[in-house]
Amino acid sequence: MRDAVGGVQSVLVLGGTSEIALATVRRMVDQGCRTVLLAARNPDDCLAAAAAVREAGATTVDTLAFDALDTASHGTVIDEAFTRHGDLDVVLLAFGVLGDQAEFEADPAKAVAAVQVNYVGAVSAGLHVARNLRRQGHGTLVVLSSVAGERVRKTNFVYGSSKAGLDGFAQGLGDSLVGTGASVLVVRPGFVHTRMTEGMEPAPLSTTPEVVAEAVTDGLAKGQAVVWAPAPLRLVMSGLRHLPRPLWRKASERG
Amino acid sequence: METPATTEVLAGWGGTAPSAAGVVRPTSVDELAGALDDPPERGVIARGLGRCYGDEAQNAGGRVVDTTAVSGIVDLDLRQGVCTAAAGTSLEDLMRWLVPLGWFVPVTPGTRFVTVGGAIANDIHGKNHHKGGSWCNHVSALTLRLPGGDTVRVTPDSDPDLFWATAGGLGLTGIILDATFDLHPIETSRLLVDTDRTPDLDATLALMDESDDEYPYSVAWIDLMKTGAGMGRSILGRGAFAPLDALPAKDRTPGRARAFSPSTRATFPPLAPNGLINPLTVTAFNELWYRKAPKRRRGELQTITTFFHPLDMVERWNRVYGPVGFLQWQFVVPFGEEQTLRRIISALCDEGCTSFLAVLKRFGAANPGPLSFPLPGWTLALDIPAGPSSLARLIDRLDDEVVAAGGRLYLAKDSRVRPELLEAMYPRLDEWRAVRARVDPDGVLRSDLARRLGL
Repeated sequence: MRDAVGGVQSVLVLGGTSEIALATVRRMVDQGCRTVLLAARNPDDCLAAAAAVREAGATTVDTLAFDALDTASHGTVIDEAFTRHGDLDVVLLAFGVLGDQAEFEADPAKAVAAVQVNYVGAVSAGLHVARNLRRQGHGTLVVLSSVAGERVRKTNFVYGSSKAGLDGFAQGLGDSLVGTGASVLVVRPGFVHTRMTEGMEPAPLSTTPEVVAEAVTDGLAKGQAVVWAPAPLRLVMSGLRHLPRPLWRKASERG
Repeated sequence: METPATTEVLAGWGGTAPSAAGVVRPTSVDELAGALDDPPERGVIARGLGRCYGDEAQNAGGRVVDTTAVSGIVDLDLRQGVCTAAAGTSLEDLMRWLVPLGWFVPVTPGTRFVTVGGAIANDIHGKNHHKGGSWCNHVSALTLRLPGGDTVRVTPDSDPDLFWATAGGLGLTGIILDATFDLHPIETSRLLVDTDRTPDLDATLALMDESDDEYPYSVAWIDLMKTGAGMGRSILGRGAFAPLDALPAKDRTPGRARAFSPSTRATFPPLAPNGLINPLTVTAFNELWYRKAPKRRRGELQTITTFFHPLDMVERWNRVYGPVGFLQWQFVVPFGEEQTLRRIISALCDEGCTSFLAVLKRFGAANPGPLSFPLPGWTLALDIPAGPSSLARLIDRLDDEVVAAGGRLYLAKDSRVRPELLEAMYPRLDEWRAVRARVDPDGVLRSDLARRLGL
């Protein structure tokens, strides 16, 4: 169960190798979270993170297999996660692929696969999580969206549009859960320095997984529906959102 | 289940960590007892007027039984001063009915808006604890519906284990249907109050040690915003019910002498932003509060509401903290641990903990309840805005100090303690668990608090 100062007792990460998710989990464990479930396509990829989380003070740490593309298995896997160690206070939906826009354009099948993970897989997993949270009467689904979805750029419009879809899905899901005790927190990070973005030229207001993690735990504590990381991105994007198309094209030429 | 359940999001008075449950509202004792039948997978818990600060009276995904419509006096002995009331009866109603007849509830906390069932489940205490103990000291019998379907009449002699496990048992031993308790005779509905303003903590503690026993009711309001030499400065308000001849002659008719018609003067609008309670506003408020109190005043006549329930004058005052809500931290440390008390107060003052109306009280003897909160010593209660803050860390650290001193937290107020500290705070927890296992082997009675703390 959550406490009054924003602490959570249990968390499930879908996409248990995500650096943002792991930074968030570290922060939660630091604040008293004791049950951590890490789910990834290959659960062995989470073993090092699981050991670190246990070292940091979590007492119940588990890994499980979860494949975002295998939507038929989502119901069973997620139901199992919800019964294995009792209630889940937070589920972090953190899987996703960035991909390469040029590659997507050269091979549309690759674009489809990315969209399957980022959007289709997330819709499926999100709905199964929501069903469990509703039954439980409490808990928050944290969805890692992106500023790339706030206004899609020509330089990464496949990824951006998958995040735009995910963002809309997550907001709608959150609204549909009002009154059920469950909730959704949409997280919109900007450019985050991680493996995913290695070698890319950082965008202005670039940030770190730790900053995103803090935005998530603070957002949970305040019961917010949307958080930006870093926070000033909210203002920046509310401006950029309304930029006339030709100017936007010009402004979004970079990376 | 005869009464249909509606899904509602419930929170405690602090407004933190809400959760949804199927709420049923029985309107008779039979329906109340039936609310434990056919329990859903996630269990059942009873709820009164929702004045516990945390998550004690909510049950995410399960059933919550709102007892407030099962209200009324079942039996009343006006010669002996003994009352039997249904579990959902509020202390406010009891006062409205009984004060004009010359009787007062045996214990009242800082609000009238608690039920008889809630009073037992939290073993509530008030300004008279140093003399009269807590609520369950005055209960001679209670009727309890057990998960197995039995309804039992429990007295401290018939089944002492179950009686005392229910006293402060957080509603987890059964649904209380009614209770029989002693009343306190009064000649008037006014109190004769002595007020003392003390310059610092030493003076506060000394004055309470020295003369609390001269008063049936005593409490100190302590200014936690004041640092330095004046740390711990307080306003002591101590008193007793006034005898008839203490009233002005015109007020000595029975109708006037025992008049009791409390009214709320205002309702706090649901508009307060987060952050209204901040170091600036609280320092200013506390300074004003301290200065407006007389240095020393004797024998002032006050009403029951002014003396016992000043906050009840503003309905929904909890909204002042904004949507993020607040928590209350209340601990007790045994006598002899004044240095711990001082360290904690000093740490809170240094942190600038933005708490107005922190309350300091000397407790008297404990009762046999394994989860009953009071023990002989000093108790301090303070409100803190919820949400992310360095205070959460500080309070976590101070919990350890409380435990090291042999003290504990009040679970009726708790919404954040680390579960691993519970057994040190309540060393007889296993005794309580054994009773619970006996009467509720399937774990039907459940609450968010029970889940959070692993009870």
